[in-house]
Amino acid sequence: MDFNLTPEQDMLRQAVREFAESEIKPQILELDAKEQFSVELTHKMGELGLFGITAPVEYGGQGLDTLSYIIAVEELARVDSSHAATVAAENSLGIGPLVNFGNKTQKEKYLPKLCSGKFLWGFGLTEPNAGSDAGGSQTTANLKDGQWVINGSKIFITNASSPITLGSTVQCISGKRPDGKNEISCIIVEQGTKGFTAKEMHHKMLWRASNTAELYFDDVQVPEENLLGERGAGFKQMLKTLDGGRLSIAAMGLGLAQGALDAAIQYSGERKQFGKTIGSFQANAFKLADMATEVEAGRTLLYKACWLKDSNKPYGKEAAMAKLYCGQLARRVANNAVQIFGGYGLMEEYPVARFYRDAKLLEIGEGTNEIQRLVIARHLGCSI
Amino acid sequence: MKIGILLKQVPDTETKIQLTADKTSVDTSAVKWIVNPYDENAIEAAIQLKEKKGGEVIVFSMGPARCVDAMRTALAMGADRAVRVDTADGEWDSYTTAVALAEALKAEGVELVFAGKQAIDDDASQMVQLVAERMGAASLGIIETFELSEDGKSATVTRPVSGGTKEIIQVTLPAVFGCDKGLNTPRYASLPGIMKAKAKPVVEKKGAELLGGETIKIKKMGYSLPPERQPGRKLTGSPQELVDGLVKFLKEDVKII
Ligand SMILES: Cc1cc2nc3c(=O)[nH]c(=O)nc-3n(C[C@H](O)[C@H](O)[C@H](O)COP(=O)(O)OP(=O)(O)OC[C@H]3O[C@@H](n4cnc5c(N)ncnc54)[C@H](O)[C@@H]3O)c2cc1C
Repeated sequence: MDFNLTPEQDMLRQAVREFAESEIKPQILELDAKEQFSVELTHKMGELGLFGITAPVEYGGQGLDTLSYIIAVEELARVDSSHAATVAAENSLGIGPLVNFGNKTQKEKYLPKLCSGKFLWGFGLTEPNAGSDAGGSQTTANLKDGQWVINGSKIFITNASSPITLGSTVQCISGKRPDGKNEISCIIVEQGTKGFTAKEMHHKMLWRASNTAELYFDDVQVPEENLLGERGAGFKQMLKTLDGGRLSIAAMGLGLAQGALDAAIQYSGERKQFGKTIGSFQANAFKLADMATEVEAGRTLLYKACWLKDSNKPYGKEAAMAKLYCGQLARRVANNAVQIFGGYGLMEEYPVARFYRDAKLLEIGEGTNEIQRLVIARHLGCSI
Repeated sequence: MKIGILLKQVPDTETKIQLTADKTSVDTSAVKWIVNPYDENAIEAAIQLKEKKGGEVIVFSMGPARCVDAMRTALAMGADRAVRVDTADGEWDSYTTAVALAEALKAEGVELVFAGKQAIDDDASQMVQLVAERMGAASLGIIETFELSEDGKSATVTRPVSGGTKEIIQVTLPAVFGCDKGLNTPRYASLPGIMKAKAKPVVEKKGAELLGGETIKIKKMGYSLPPERQPGRKLTGSPQELVDGLVKFLKEDVKII
């Protein structure tokens, strides 16, 4: 067993950590309070090379392995979830499907722009009536005279309505299969197409500096060649995309937990009550010990899943486990961190308040805890 | 033009310094190493100059194999290659370090060198001047701006003078410049930069072989940590009691008055 990171992975961690501490941290309090997406920070993250981390170099990506990508997301989330979300969603959901299923023309058209971080791309799966049941989409795409005519809507789509969004990949029902079930396909829809509206969603409890959109399709027409990959392959594409995406959500959980732990360790060494630092009370010291132990376990599980993926071994079960564990880890550790901060932990000036809010998404987005258990149980052979 | 950078790997500022059991050196086993912060400004200055005028940027660092990590950061930021001067088999103080570094710089034909104005570990602030002297070059200890002339033969720099005044100096190359924080904003090592750095050459030279018979001028005899600060004493009571207590303390305990 070799637990060593490569010197490049160490450097990458250091570079992203420094970036997050000196560029994102000073701005996040205000961006979060105003529920504001920052184009400026997104472009800076692009200059750092945070978009298209695993995408091929020929299309402007960095051509790195999964673990490098995961470390980058972890380090962003250690400071702020919104920006980690922008990066994780863009890499896994925006850029990922175009790399994995796009044809040469599509890749050449979109990837260099997206990998530069100058532009963003959404992945529209979830609908008002199809969340966990992602196969239950109601949005339709009918092929007519060489054009897909799309009708329906999507909800909660990350990066899909920012000022720099170019378009989205949209999962639609494109017809009926011979067995009578819905045929599902993914179709590329560019921003500004007639009948297509992308509306920013507001009043989120968390990820407040990340862009989330509702998409409406009203007789939207796009050329037939906007089909992503094969017709009818949409469901399989989605499952493959989510397997990878789960690793990045797990990385967000791990990073958030690490950030909350670091803050709690520091605070418990500074805050004094009854004439002593609160960290010298066993209740708090043991809490920190448990938090650190769980963070370490989460990291080991997640890195192992990345290793499986990078070694081209099956990793779907471990990815779901890592997502489930690290999502819950984030919530538990953030909760304990707030406890250690006491009343101050409830004030937004202290980062743990934001960690506490941001953590909850990780048990819901890209498959809820229940759906992860479903995936894991099916891998175990349960007919559930 | 060949542009040189002097880079030192130093302990992170948050490192808790521990001494070895015999107190003759600092225990580095648990130290987290970083690039000397002022050297980041030197790296940035060198890369900006290359971007404007072309040339080759070479990083020089003196130290054991672990220094390569710090040099890789400079390579990831955009330097072209690195020369590590190994410290095994030699005795080192600021003087011998400067002798070896100057030899390495001369061997590469470097005429323009950027260094941090000082290293944050020993704060000796001698390298800029000593290396320049050994190279037969001019030295400018702290610069806040840098501009190379059209013909590349001289540079105009500003230096802070006490009272907020600036000194504008024109200097003929070769020269060694000490860089301060205000000179520029160092860039981050980008992901593509980090990957490119992997393929950039790092050569090793034996420091001891560059000394040409020169020997150290200063020998460190030992180290000691500053004494633990005693907790302060707090006086309480009425104003009269406070004054009496304080006078008694100053007279009898610390015997200052
Ligand atoms: C900020 C944010 C960003 C998002 N970004 C994207 C994006 O970029 N693209 C995208 O497509 N989607 C995105 N989503 C949507 C997200 O993936 C869904 O919210 C999630 O999959 C859950 O779906 P739902 O909200 O409809 O909940 P529901 O599916 O309605 O679930 C409600 C509850 O029922 C439980 N449940 C449902 N089915 C089962 C079952 N079979 N067994 C047991 N329990 C079950 C769930 O676990 C949950 O607890 C985002 C969401 C948010 C909040």
